[in-house]
Amino acid sequence: MKLSKTLLPLTLIALPGMGLAQDAVVPAAVPTDVVFILNSLLFLVGGFLVFWMAAGFAMLEAGLVRSKNVTMQLIKNVSLFSLAAIMYYLIGYNLMYPLGDWGIEGWFSGLFGSVAVLEAVGIDASGADDYGYASTGSDFFFQLMFVATTASIVSGTVAERIKLWPFLAFVVVLTAFIYPLQASWSWGGGYLSEKGFSDFAGSTIVHSVGGWAALTGAIILGPRLGKYKDGRVIPVPGSNLALATLGTFILWLGWFGFNGASQLAMGSIGDVADISRIFANTNAAAAGGSIVALVLTQLLYKKPDLTMVLNGALAGLVSITAEPLAPTLGAATLIGAVGGVIVVFAVPFLDKIKIDDVVGAIPVHLMAGIWGTLAVPLTNSDASFANQIVGILLVGVFTVVASTVVWYVIKAVMGLRVDEETEINGLDMAELGMEAYPEFSKG
Amino acid sequence: MKLIIATIKPFKLEEVREALTEIGVRGMMVTEIKGFGSQSGHTEIYRGAEYAVNFVPKVKLEIVVGADLAEQVVETIVSTAKTGKIGDGKIFVLDVAQAVRVRTGETDADAI
Repeated sequence: MKLSKTLLPLTLIALPGMGLAQDAVVPAAVPTDVVFILNSLLFLVGGFLVFWMAAGFAMLEAGLVRSKNVTMQLIKNVSLFSLAAIMYYLIGYNLMYPLGDWGIEGWFSGLFGSVAVLEAVGIDASGADDYGYASTGSDFFFQLMFVATTASIVSGTVAERIKLWPFLAFVVVLTAFIYPLQASWSWGGGYLSEKGFSDFAGSTIVHSVGGWAALTGAIILGPRLGKYKDGRVIPVPGSNLALATLGTFILWLGWFGFNGASQLAMGSIGDVADISRIFANTNAAAAGGSIVALVLTQLLYKKPDLTMVLNGALAGLVSITAEPLAPTLGAATLIGAVGGVIVVFAVPFLDKIKIDDVVGAIPVHLMAGIWGTLAVPLTNSDASFANQIVGILLVGVFTVVASTVVWYVIKAVMGLRVDEETEINGLDMAELGMEAYPEFSKG
Repeated sequence: MKLIIATIKPFKLEEVREALTEIGVRGMMVTEIKGFGSQSGHTEIYRGAEYAVNFVPKVKLEIVVGADLAEQVVETIVSTAKTGKIGDGKIFVLDVAQAVRVRTGETDADAI
């Protein structure tokens, strides 16, 4: 995403600078104090909106697990976010953004260069790291939220049977290395960006990465006890659908920051108009995904399924994330709608092949993420299906291999799964000694 | 003394409580339970997987009264809790050997 840092000088030379050219490319604003301020503001506001998605994930997951496991889910969500912040500061940020200074050109920025360092206190224009872009602090803050989102995705799938510390150990590696390394290939200016891979806000880079990590985790961990019995799928209803719905709406809100601020600039009319499109398209996709899920579950099961409608909205959001700018509102709605279709069929399909995904994160983030990435060339002629596939496969293979290795190492060192008695009694009492709803417990 | 155990539909609780108070019942215990009788359960679908809901939520009342009031209590519950549809519930009457009021130590008839 910091591609703009290298592109900006080129565009300045090419354009008169007042946005008069009728290009398809948004004429970059001439660097001024105001542009710097507005760009930074975009990152700060977008950043705290994406931060709010952490609350969304926490509520969605808390609502879809059973009461006896809610506290564990909540502590995982708070901890993974905090760990992501720390690991990204220590290692991830600089690993993801070599700023042209590669260890292995296009592939590997180099290890343990330095921790993330912000600009000094009270700078003026000359003190800015990149006057034509935005404050380093705002950039760091914004990007940090994306790695945290990736980690949150994993948490939902492996719920109700994974141990806390092994999960957090995985999060450490995911946020310090796996996510930043593959992101450096695209947003950091590496191989995939050179190739022309196009992923505006991260359908592949964030969502499919989280999804692949979740998928590998679910397979290695195994399904919950009693989930698949004698060829039947035993449903495990969630404890609080009101929280799950609240969580979904919170995620939907945060997504405006997730996609909108990925414009990376707000200092010109073109940029603000683009951000407006992005907000509207993002919303349209969510609407498309949820309605399709509503209609399909009504048709398939004679009654609509709220949890599928929630998943459908999220799948719509993931689908549009790779290209929220170019489509028309109608196209965005349809792109989101396909995400809804994917979810309705993928959820029972995963159960059929005995992959137990508690919240539907794999259909929503991995499968819709792949679809969203493939859909980019449909509305953006700068992208090609070939390049999109290269990106999807490269990131996919890397994430699967890396995640598998890490899960197995953690499993060997400290085990991944709680024992049977703990799983039956609930993780809250056994692992944490703390119930989420003590007034309503049976004991 | 008699112990009257009655299962009723949850939404009937207020009506039954009011009617019993009117005939002189001074206390009762209420528990939320699940159960089935001839009103068996049904199947639902959650995220594409079918499951049987065998138990239906009910409310259980346990009331201890003097033998003279027992029959009236049973009749009152029957008339207020009845809807005419299956699942209205059941009433059982048992003998009570002893009763004690914890605060004062009074026993039997003085305790209820």
